[in-house]
Amino acid sequence: MLLIRCPYCEEERPELEFRNAGEAHIARSSDMAATSDDDFEKFFFIRSNPKGIIYERWRHMHGCARFFNAVRDTVSDRFLMTYKAGEPKPAKLPGASK
Amino acid sequence: MKKYSVFAIAREAMRGHKGWEEQWSSPEPKKEYDVIIVGAGGHGLATAYYLATVHGITNVAVLEKGWLGGGNTGRNTTIIRSNYLYDESAGIYDHALKLWDGLSQELNYNVMYSPRGVMMLAHNVHDIQVLKRHVHANRLNGIDNEWLTPEAAKEFCPPLNISRDARYPVMGATLQRRGGTARHDAVAWGYARGASARGVHIIQNCEVTGVKRAPNGAVMGVETTRGFIGARKVGVVAAGHSSVIMNMAGVRMPLESYPLQALVSEPVKPVFPCVVMSNTVHAYISQSDKGELVIGAGTDQYISYSQTGGLHILQHTLDAICEMFPMFTRMKMLRSWGGIVDVTPDRSPILAKTPVPGLYVNCGWGTGGFKATPGSGHVFAHTIARDDPHPINAPFTIERFRTGRLIDEAAAAAVAH
Repeated sequence: MLLIRCPYCEEERPELEFRNAGEAHIARSSDMAATSDDDFEKFFFIRSNPKGIIYERWRHMHGCARFFNAVRDTVSDRFLMTYKAGEPKPAKLPGASK
Repeated sequence: MKKYSVFAIAREAMRGHKGWEEQWSSPEPKKEYDVIIVGAGGHGLATAYYLATVHGITNVAVLEKGWLGGGNTGRNTTIIRSNYLYDESAGIYDHALKLWDGLSQELNYNVMYSPRGVMMLAHNVHDIQVLKRHVHANRLNGIDNEWLTPEAAKEFCPPLNISRDARYPVMGATLQRRGGTARHDAVAWGYARGASARGVHIIQNCEVTGVKRAPNGAVMGVETTRGFIGARKVGVVAAGHSSVIMNMAGVRMPLESYPLQALVSEPVKPVFPCVVMSNTVHAYISQSDKGELVIGAGTDQYISYSQTGGLHILQHTLDAICEMFPMFTRMKMLRSWGGIVDVTPDRSPILAKTPVPGLYVNCGWGTGGFKATPGSGHVFAHTIARDDPHPINAPFTIERFRTGRLIDEAAAAAVAH
C-alpha cells in the first residue's frame, strides 16, 4: 500500500484514504460545444500513460476530501512530491531518477 | 517438428528420453523480415502462427524483451468465457471460444482446455438484472448462458455458501457451460512451437527501443537492443507496454496501464469443480489441474509498471473468497504476483490498423485478454496480412474514440473493472 502525503493536511497517510483521479494538468475546454472531435478525443480519451514520471491527481477522500496533484515514478511507485491543486506543474523535481 | 503422440512417449521411454527436440529454435535475428510482431505472449505468438498457417507468411520475427510467455500470459487466472453483452464483443470472444475447442489437436500440443463451466454470482437485485440481461443478450447471439437459482448454483458448485445470512448472499448465478480454463503456458509454448516449425523466428531478450519510419511516415523497422531490424509491417502486441511502443512511433493511445494481481494456494486434492466469478466483490476462483486454487483480484487504482500491487487488494479478495467458500478459510496461500494490464476507456480491446502505414496494434485487452488468445491472433493475422481488418475485429478500431462508436463493456460489464 502506498503512503501518500496530502499537501493540505501536511501528513503522510495510507492509500486507503485516497482515490486516484487520473492524469493531472489536462485542461477542460471552456467552450465544450465548440470543441472539435479531435480535440475532444485528446482531452477525454488519450492519456500519456508514461513508464517513468507521471503527474497525477489524487483526492484525500477520507480526510480533507480535497483534490491535489502528485509526481510519482510508475516503475518504482515512489512519490517524488505532492502539491496543491491549481499550482503549476513543477519545473524541477526533487531526486528525479530520469 | 516431430509430432507428439502416445507412440512418441513410448519410443522415448525406451531410450531414456534422449530424442526430444527443442520445441522452438532461437535463431539470430535477420536484417529484415516481412512482418515483425512486438511481444511474444500468447496473442503475439498466435498472430505469428496464423500468419504462417492461414496466410502463408512465414518470414516473420516475434521480438520479446524478456522470455516467451513471461508477461501477462504467465500471470493470468486462465479463465475462458464468451458471455459478453454487446454483439461486437460476443463476436470476437466467441470466435476465440470456438478456436479453443480443438486447439490442442490443431497445435499437436495439450493446452488442457477444460470447459468446466464459468459461473457468475449475483449478490443483489442490480446484479440479478444485469446478469439476466446478459443471459438474454448472449442467447440472441447464439452463446450458451443460463440462469441458475441459488440452489442450482450450489448443486453445480457444492463449496458455495448460499445461506441467507451470508455476508455476500447468493441470489442467483449465470452459467456458461462452454466456459472454463486452459493451461496458460502451454498456449504460448504450443503456438511458439507451431510457428517456429513453419519458419517464424522467435527472438527472446530483444527489447524494442524505437520504431523507425520513412519520410512518408510508413514503418521501416524497429530499433532493438540487438540492433536495427527492418520490416514493412510491424504488429504491436505488447499488453501493458503497448502505449510505450506506440509512443515510439508517435501515436498516442487511449490506454492506461494498471497492476492486476492474482495468487495461488498450496495444491490440494480436487475440491472445486468449476470457475466462479463474483464481480461485485472482485473475486475469481478455480482450481488448476495441479491442485492449486487460482484466485484473481481486482486492479490497483493507479497507473503502474511495477508488476506488483497493494496487499490490501489481495486481502479484500481473500476476505470475499472466505465468506463465499468457508471451507477455504484455513487454506494457505503459496504465492502472489502482479501483471500490468492495458485498459481502454470502454474496456474493449483495440485490434486495428493505425494512422501509421504498416503499423498495426492489438492491445487494450485490460483485465481479460487470455480467453481471447486464439481468436485475437487469428483476426489480427488477417488484419496484418490483408492490410484490412477481419469483419470480426472491424469494430475494434482506434478511431472509435473520436467517432464515439464505443463498444462500452465498461458501463454494461459482466465484469466490474
